[in-house]
Amino acid sequence: MVRYMARRVASGVFLLFSISILTFALMFGSTKNVASNLLGESASQEQIAALNHELGLDRPLTTQYLDWLRGALRGDLGKSWTSNVRIGEELQRRLPVTLSIVVVSIALMTVLAALLGIAAAVRGGWLDRVIQVGSVVGFAMPNFWLALLLVIFFAINLRWLPATGYVSITASPQAWAASLVLPVLALAFSGIASASQQVRGAIIDALRQDYVRTLRARGVSRRSILFRHALRNAMPAALTVLSVQFIALLGGAAIIERVFAIPGMGSLTVTSALGGDVPMLMGIVVTLVVLVILVNVAIDVINAWVNPKVRIS
Amino acid sequence: MSEVNSVPLAPPTAPGREHFVRSVLLNPLGLAAVVILVVVVAAAVFAPLLAPFDATAVRIFKVNALPGEGYLLGGDGAGRDILSRLIYGTRNTLLGALTVVVVACAIGVTAGLFAGYYGRRLDLVASWIFDALMALPAIIVLLALYQSLGSSIYLSMVVFGVLLSPGFYRLTRNLVQNVKHELYIDAARVSGLSDLRIMRRHILLVIRAPVVIQIAIVAGVAIVIQAGLEFLGLGDPSVPTWGGMLQDAFQNIYVTPLSLIWPGVAIGLTVMAFVLLANAIRDRMQSGGAAPARAVRREPARSGSSAMAAPADPDIVLDVRDLVVGYPDGGRDREVVTGVSLQLRRGEGLGLVGESGSGKTQTAFAILGLLSPGGRILRGSILFGGRDLAGLPEAGMRELRGRRIAYIPQEPMSNLDPSFRIGFQLVEPMVTVLGISRAEAKARALRLLARVGMPDPERTFRSYPHQISGGMAQRVLIAGAIACNPDLLIADEPTTALDVTVQAEVLDLLRDLQAEFNMSMILVTHNFGVVADICHRVAVMKDGAIVETNEVRELFAKPRHQYTRMLLDAVLEDGDTRAYTPRALPEVA
Repeated sequence: MVRYMARRVASGVFLLFSISILTFALMFGSTKNVASNLLGESASQEQIAALNHELGLDRPLTTQYLDWLRGALRGDLGKSWTSNVRIGEELQRRLPVTLSIVVVSIALMTVLAALLGIAAAVRGGWLDRVIQVGSVVGFAMPNFWLALLLVIFFAINLRWLPATGYVSITASPQAWAASLVLPVLALAFSGIASASQQVRGAIIDALRQDYVRTLRARGVSRRSILFRHALRNAMPAALTVLSVQFIALLGGAAIIERVFAIPGMGSLTVTSALGGDVPMLMGIVVTLVVLVILVNVAIDVINAWVNPKVRIS
Repeated sequence: MSEVNSVPLAPPTAPGREHFVRSVLLNPLGLAAVVILVVVVAAAVFAPLLAPFDATAVRIFKVNALPGEGYLLGGDGAGRDILSRLIYGTRNTLLGALTVVVVACAIGVTAGLFAGYYGRRLDLVASWIFDALMALPAIIVLLALYQSLGSSIYLSMVVFGVLLSPGFYRLTRNLVQNVKHELYIDAARVSGLSDLRIMRRHILLVIRAPVVIQIAIVAGVAIVIQAGLEFLGLGDPSVPTWGGMLQDAFQNIYVTPLSLIWPGVAIGLTVMAFVLLANAIRDRMQSGGAAPARAVRREPARSGSSAMAAPADPDIVLDVRDLVVGYPDGGRDREVVTGVSLQLRRGEGLGLVGESGSGKTQTAFAILGLLSPGGRILRGSILFGGRDLAGLPEAGMRELRGRRIAYIPQEPMSNLDPSFRIGFQLVEPMVTVLGISRAEAKARALRLLARVGMPDPERTFRSYPHQISGGMAQRVLIAGAIACNPDLLIADEPTTALDVTVQAEVLDLLRDLQAEFNMSMILVTHNFGVVADICHRVAVMKDGAIVETNEVRELFAKPRHQYTRMLLDAVLEDGDTRAYTPRALPEVA
């Protein structure tokens, strides 16, 4: 078990390095017009050269990367090119906001997908059909469009909830909750529908196994078969769905935060992308990849806990 | 990237191509999907003819015009015709989706083919790379690379294609690994065909339909993400796009909220068409397979419930009369058991013999009340312990299972829950059925494990199923079956999946236990040797009905029915020199 975990973590660290090298090469490898973009079109050749020198862009790419890496390992991701803030500090301000949305969405998704998926697997009927239609609709409807419809309906017409903005939980828990309702709904809807359907499939699969018939033949109750045996065996599939959904939510948050003017990682990514703040983008990508890797390792741990074949090998 | 990997790995039924397309079109949702896609493609191709206005013409008096005021769907924030922009937007949408699909499919399928076919190190490396790609949030990466890629949305779509290629890779790799060991592939290799030729001729055929499904799904994902990027302001502002239109409408959300509807509906309908098309193809591939699983529920649907005629002979434990079992098949019931009658005395072993598909297992499941989803008892009665099991609701059936009727399955490994320790799987039913404490149940389970011949019961008790051998697993299942001293034991081919030496031991064990507990036993098998070994009487089944029931000695000496004779002859002609001499069994009262 310890060796298994060590392997997963090592693989994650290797992955992080590979991605950081690749993204660094892709982003810093083509920064020819960055300086002129930053300075405006009227900048002279000397001004551009000076800025390039100041940003360190005139050095070889490997030197730039090693420099960046040395800083990053110490927790220093450098300075923004456009706003003069320290990138680490900015990310520390932004990350909790995005995490609020994503964690609440994932929690909602887990609970609802488990309930709906199990109910649909066992009872079938109309609920089953609603979930099937829901997953097609959720897939086809862009989440930001759903967000816009929600804003028109609940914020502009009914005035029940704020259309934009974010309040931190420490400032006012109620206002925090109110500011999250619409973004979370918009972000989680398609995930809830598709995860429910996949939980349903996993449960049906588990209930079809030979050992379920044998357990029934021995007189084990229906409740125990469903909630103990089927649920446990459906877990690995459900956990995979969750990890895929988590990654999708991080991306989806970029657009949703823009709609609701929420000052999180997503809107930071968009403004940095449009403004050409390359080191900031580098910091964002690395932070999010670390997050994804942590979640995947956590899911591996749960998986090993649920699945004896992984645990004992 | 959420749904990308949800394509089933079912092998295609390989129908004729035209037939396949027609059957997808016959599905109403499939037809609707195709119609929508044809409309969208036509709009893209004939945009200059269809659009009522120049999509980029700015008219100051039409800024945010309402629908009907000169423009059919109104004007956007710059006074351009929404309908014309919608029509021209199809071009950008479809080209973007096409780019993603081509890139993702080319990379993923090629890599999947080679990794699946050649395996080993290539597979290891490729799988790691594609797993790494899946760990990246696509939108974030596309935004981060925006400065390097520039404002052309198509370059972004190329990168997005790379990011979506893992779906194709996994799908192809798994399919190829599945077919690689099929005999016809071996045959092709032996006959000297080159690897490339085999891949082209045989393997591409297998992966075709699943890849088409994946293409439709990826196209849908691409359209949504592309619109999202354009909504954020990436992309060329001079080209009319659906995402760009949404951005414009968003900026005027307080003025003309209606303008948000049209591009959203266009995106939604197009993507939905792709998904529905994928579903229609999937349904087509899966039809012919099992019917969709429904809740497992007993539906007593018998007609003319034979009155509670208790068996005349008090020694008769089980009395099955004219049992008919059916499964729904296109509106009607297909009968798999067509009138089986059999009787079983206390302590008697009855062999239920027949070819595969003769209905012997279905008869056994009907007695247990454990027919597969959809199956039900259509007619007949199963008298057991003064009750007719054929009409008994699930709750009543559950009281009997384990305590009075027990079951030993055929395949030992798949009949133990892999996630729970063996001890738990023995203790749980005893606690439920007998109402004893966990400690008591544990002591009893350990005694049972010792009784069925486990060398180290404590250790087996603590083990998980994957830690013991098949023969041991079968002993565990036997222990589980006899745990609550049942009156009737139903064993479904209990030795088929075992090695020959283990078979003999398990049969010995079964015979001893049967005598020890004075259980009645139905032994489902296709093996006359097993029957001769431990049965008193034999019932021979053919096409869902019993053709002959007889004492074992009689049956081997003088088979009455033509079919029985044929079965016995077939066994002997196979060159099996073992003479079937039935053992001396304890007499049944």
